[in-house]
Amino acid sequence: MYTKDGESYFIVDAHIALWDARPENQKNVHGKQFIDCFYDYHANLSPDAEKWTYEEYLYQGGERLVKDLFEDGYVDHAIFQPAHLGEFYETGFGQTEEAWALTQAHPGKLTYNHHFDPRNGEAGLEQLYLDAQRFDLKGVKLYTAEWHGESRGYKLTDPWAYRYFEACRELGITNIHIHKGPTIRPLDRDAFDVADVDHVATDFTDLNFVVEHVGLPRLEDFCWIATQEPNVHGGLAVAMPFIHTRPRYFAQIIGELLYWIGEDRIQFSSDYALWTPRWLVEAFVDFQIPEDMTEYAPITTEQKKKILGLNAARMYDIDVPAELRLPEADETETGPRQPEAADMAAV
Amino acid sequence: MLAVLTDRHADVRSALDTVIDPELDEPVTDLGFVRSVDVEVDAVTVHLRLPTSFCSPNFAYLMASDAKDALAALPWADRVVVELDDHHDSDLINRGLAADAGYVGTFGHEAESDLDELRLTFRRKAHTAAMERCLTRLLRAEPDRTVASLSTVTLAELVHDDATAALRRRREAIGLATTPRARVMVDASGAGYAPDDVPMALRRARSTRISIDGNAHFCRGLLATRYPGSEADQAYRPEGTESADVTFIPLAELKEHP
Repeated sequence: MYTKDGESYFIVDAHIALWDARPENQKNVHGKQFIDCFYDYHANLSPDAEKWTYEEYLYQGGERLVKDLFEDGYVDHAIFQPAHLGEFYETGFGQTEEAWALTQAHPGKLTYNHHFDPRNGEAGLEQLYLDAQRFDLKGVKLYTAEWHGESRGYKLTDPWAYRYFEACRELGITNIHIHKGPTIRPLDRDAFDVADVDHVATDFTDLNFVVEHVGLPRLEDFCWIATQEPNVHGGLAVAMPFIHTRPRYFAQIIGELLYWIGEDRIQFSSDYALWTPRWLVEAFVDFQIPEDMTEYAPITTEQKKKILGLNAARMYDIDVPAELRLPEADETETGPRQPEAADMAAV
Repeated sequence: MLAVLTDRHADVRSALDTVIDPELDEPVTDLGFVRSVDVEVDAVTVHLRLPTSFCSPNFAYLMASDAKDALAALPWADRVVVELDDHHDSDLINRGLAADAGYVGTFGHEAESDLDELRLTFRRKAHTAAMERCLTRLLRAEPDRTVASLSTVTLAELVHDDATAALRRRREAIGLATTPRARVMVDASGAGYAPDDVPMALRRARSTRISIDGNAHFCRGLLATRYPGSEADQAYRPEGTESADVTFIPLAELKEHP
């Protein structure tokens, strides 16, 4: 919980990882390239005081995670969203056993979401049933640009993906977190395109689809799809740290999201260990849409509370103390949420 | 001889100025993506660099092969080598470029036909963003104008500034008319909007413009983090987040700081 100016905020960090990218776990040069890319994100978007060394960044371990999130970071509950990356790392990037052990060691503080890959066919489907039971899965994280043998990606509309979604429905895995990545077959089209989310969201209206990074670098495509599909949500992983480096751009992102999808479907995350939650939570509570950006309505304390935790808590049935709860906004299920706030002449 | 090589360096720069990052709608030269240029009489070697090793391989290939085509068109350039550095597909792409294998020949089973549709998708986005910039400027300049009235605004009604020039180029690139009476507020097929539909369409165009501007700046920042010093090679690009006041620079100030 974070308290400032008499207001208390229940914090859910909806996208975290416990990764191991140390050289001994790297399978090939791509393992190094991948963590180097993450480290550049970290170095480029973090305030100087929050920058880690490259060595710290390669691996954190459970103890440090617990400290960064729950002791220093105001987080009440965090959700693992592991990326497997089995072609890049010996034991995978996200450390399943370590994360699961940590989840069990801290009851009520952590939720473990696992991953699946529809290209694993029947065998992977069997595994999903076992994993659902073992981890009591409510959600999964899908990285569509995952490499897999000769293949470097899949679409959510692939027939096998549909088989897995049908299994999710049966198993009560209702929250599908999607990370669009850049290397997908065929290369003829835009790999970041979120159009396949549109299709599955229409065909599986009883599942929630949380598009991580709010569709960045295709924010506009995400907003357009999400405004039409009531079961599509936006995760703020990677978008959050712009609050420091480019606050006016961050204001545009938040302004667009509140306009197109509304305050009940946006989820905060630090994307730990890309960044740490403490400074992001503090900055977001202090954040306001700049006054001259009159095309967006000011962001309210209630909206901040929902984004920082209440929205994800609702999706994951996380118990929130009664005094910190808020009702859902009486907003339209589809279409723009704040047309009256659109001052077209301003930018 | 030195003078000839200097001229040829300039030729190479001009050729590379025509190579556009389709996603960011900017020349690779302005983005700082050109890492090195070596000219030896009739031979030119260019190294390209990108903000991350996991930038989309299709865009990476497009820029590298466009660069090779542009350089090969220089009358004196008999030997042209273009190499993409530090990308997860560098080996694949560089082999393909060296052999002039084309897109399908380079990527094999990962490619289907060509990248024309991909290019078109992003030219359309670039047009949408350029259109929004012009119409938002118009709205600011004419505070009494209604948004719905933008439906009938023609190219002739726009002021002759950089934004309008950019819009004309983006229209040409996707085959839209650039005649004076052509409507500005159109979709990629050239179809206009009813007045009632303009606010939502313009709002959507704005999210496209914000997305492109946002990515352009993120990519610049990442390039500078990855290759310290590369920021010196990057041309200034407005953030696209400036307040209305800041974008209206008084004429007097422009004269003082040309």
